[in-house]
Amino acid sequence: MDPARFFAASRVLIVAGKGGVGKSTMSAALARTAARAGMSTMLVRLTPGGPISRLFAAPELTGLDQTLHAGGGPSGDADVRGRLVTPDEALTQYLADHGLARITRRLMSTGAIDVVTTAAPGIRDLLVLGRVKAFEASRTADLIVLDAPAAGHAVSFLQSPTGLRSAVGAGPIATQADDVLEMLADPERCRVMLVTLAEETPVNEVIETAFALEEEIGVALGPVIVNGLVPVPEGLANDFDTLVAASKAKISAADIANLRDAAAFRLKWAARQNEQVVRLSQSLPLSQLHTPYVFTTEPGPAELETLSNALSPGIDALSEGDA
Amino acid sequence: MTSLTTLLEQQTVIVCVGAGGVGKTTTAAALALEAARRGRRVCVVTIDPARRLSDAMGFDPDRAIGNEPQQIDFAAKGELWAVMLDTSTTFDALIRTYAPSEEQAQNILANDFFRNIADSMSGAHEYMAMEKLYELHNDERFDLVVVDTPPTSNAIDFLEAPDRITSFLDHRLYKILVTPTGGLARVVNFAAQGFLRTVARIVSASVVDDAIEFFATFDGMEEGFRGRAVAVHDLLIADDTAFVLVTVPRNDTVDDAATFIKTLADADIAVDAIVVNRVHPSFGSERLDGLGDGPLAPFITVLHDSQTVAVGQDTVLATLTNEVPAGAVVKIPFLDTDVHDLDGLASLAQWLTPEGKP
Repeated sequence: MDPARFFAASRVLIVAGKGGVGKSTMSAALARTAARAGMSTMLVRLTPGGPISRLFAAPELTGLDQTLHAGGGPSGDADVRGRLVTPDEALTQYLADHGLARITRRLMSTGAIDVVTTAAPGIRDLLVLGRVKAFEASRTADLIVLDAPAAGHAVSFLQSPTGLRSAVGAGPIATQADDVLEMLADPERCRVMLVTLAEETPVNEVIETAFALEEEIGVALGPVIVNGLVPVPEGLANDFDTLVAASKAKISAADIANLRDAAAFRLKWAARQNEQVVRLSQSLPLSQLHTPYVFTTEPGPAELETLSNALSPGIDALSEGDA
Repeated sequence: MTSLTTLLEQQTVIVCVGAGGVGKTTTAAALALEAARRGRRVCVVTIDPARRLSDAMGFDPDRAIGNEPQQIDFAAKGELWAVMLDTSTTFDALIRTYAPSEEQAQNILANDFFRNIADSMSGAHEYMAMEKLYELHNDERFDLVVVDTPPTSNAIDFLEAPDRITSFLDHRLYKILVTPTGGLARVVNFAAQGFLRTVARIVSASVVDDAIEFFATFDGMEEGFRGRAVAVHDLLIADDTAFVLVTVPRNDTVDDAATFIKTLADADIAVDAIVVNRVHPSFGSERLDGLGDGPLAPFITVLHDSQTVAVGQDTVLATLTNEVPAGAVVKIPFLDTDVHDLDGLASLAQWLTPEGKP
């Protein structure tokens, strides 16, 4: 499937996954890949920090739009922009939008805001989703990529409108909840992409999360990204000792041992991952996109391009029904 | 002897802290198992264990619903017990402890606003984990309580949560809104009424009514809760309580861990040991560039990648290991441990205390 069509299938892409699987990195890579397909993209993050600024070699995200990667030029790339939407900011914005700016300070200073958010749990999550919905409605970009809270939280995050809808009765919050529910239920407006590693616990969790999202929220699921797959270079499975015996190069005994051990470790690692990839495809009827393990502790723009390059052929290989 | 071994033999409380996804729950279980092997009567408090771990421990989820410790069938000099934290049930029990009458307890437990606090208020998990820890610490059946903490990016959450939630329960807003004397809540302050109406416009009147009713019913219980929060805090900073930080050798996780250590230090708590899970092996690196493009090339690439990871993780870890005494850092190799059953947990425990059997 052509990446431009893949990314045009819905206007909001919610990227979710357990902590440590590379969810934010994948959000960045998806945004970059969409921009390379010519779609202007806005990356939305909910908490400060994370790898996004390093990946784009850009300043930290703030509550204001900033360009993370400028498009244009002969490649036909579009812009990637980014911004931070914190729950507190979403709440303040909501109060201002409803003529309540006046009482915001009093709500905050008396601590009444804690009473409000406890009385209506999920209100912050709902208001964040409301902001995303507003970005979507105003067509601020062709695609909005939301770096969602870590899985587990992802389900409760997306459940917030349903929960609040029954708790608050009629009123502006209920209207907001209805609007967000409408967006979540419409596969042409919104899809969730889950990210996992090819390891036992993350695979179990991604399966549970996928079923919970589908059954409890009814949101459309895109392909699952399996991140951190370690490559097996061609020829690594050949018999090492035979190759060494045939080689004219002078290699010390210590080096021979190191080379042999490193190769054995890599093959074992890849085999373990492959078992999990197979298990995932048997347990979860979603197509998969695979991204490679990055051999660096400080991923930057070069690694972002590597990951984006890895996503493109996977997307090309998807069939129409997979998107 | 590593300091971790000393902790297992001497402390009465071990708190495992760290970010999500670093193997904290499994590490806590392995520590508890090792202490039991060394003859102690241990209870481990787990939080949302992966099914595989609860299976590995022979944990029966149906029996765990009562929020009561159950003994794990395991041949050891000591005893191994486990309990799965149920935030909601633990909070209910605390209300029952401090309510002056069963009727008042029932009123609180049935209140929607209270259910929101117990089920989903931020910090409730942390608060109840510490509460459960306190309860088990005072249980004569156990010499050592090992507690897993909820995944949090902020170390101070579980230290502050009891105090923060206690302050919330004793909310001064409530005092502004209702009479100090009237049995059930009556809003008397007219200025407050206008304010309240505005709040009700945001979240609906019935929700506000629930909140006011809750605060009215809770009135008078806050002293008990405060006292308890102080006792829990004292336990956390006591000398025979140890903190074990669990991490993985990844840049962002180690950054979080370093912040953990600093925040705990500000609260006068020292991290006594660090467990680093998923440590990649180092195979040594010689000058192999001369070997060129032949059939050995893929092997050289792989060795080179491995060294990049090994050197990178050492650099990243150096910032942490400098923070604790030598011997306080234990590294668990990646791929060498696979916890499918109690034996797997026991072999993980041997990595934690590498000097072997007691």
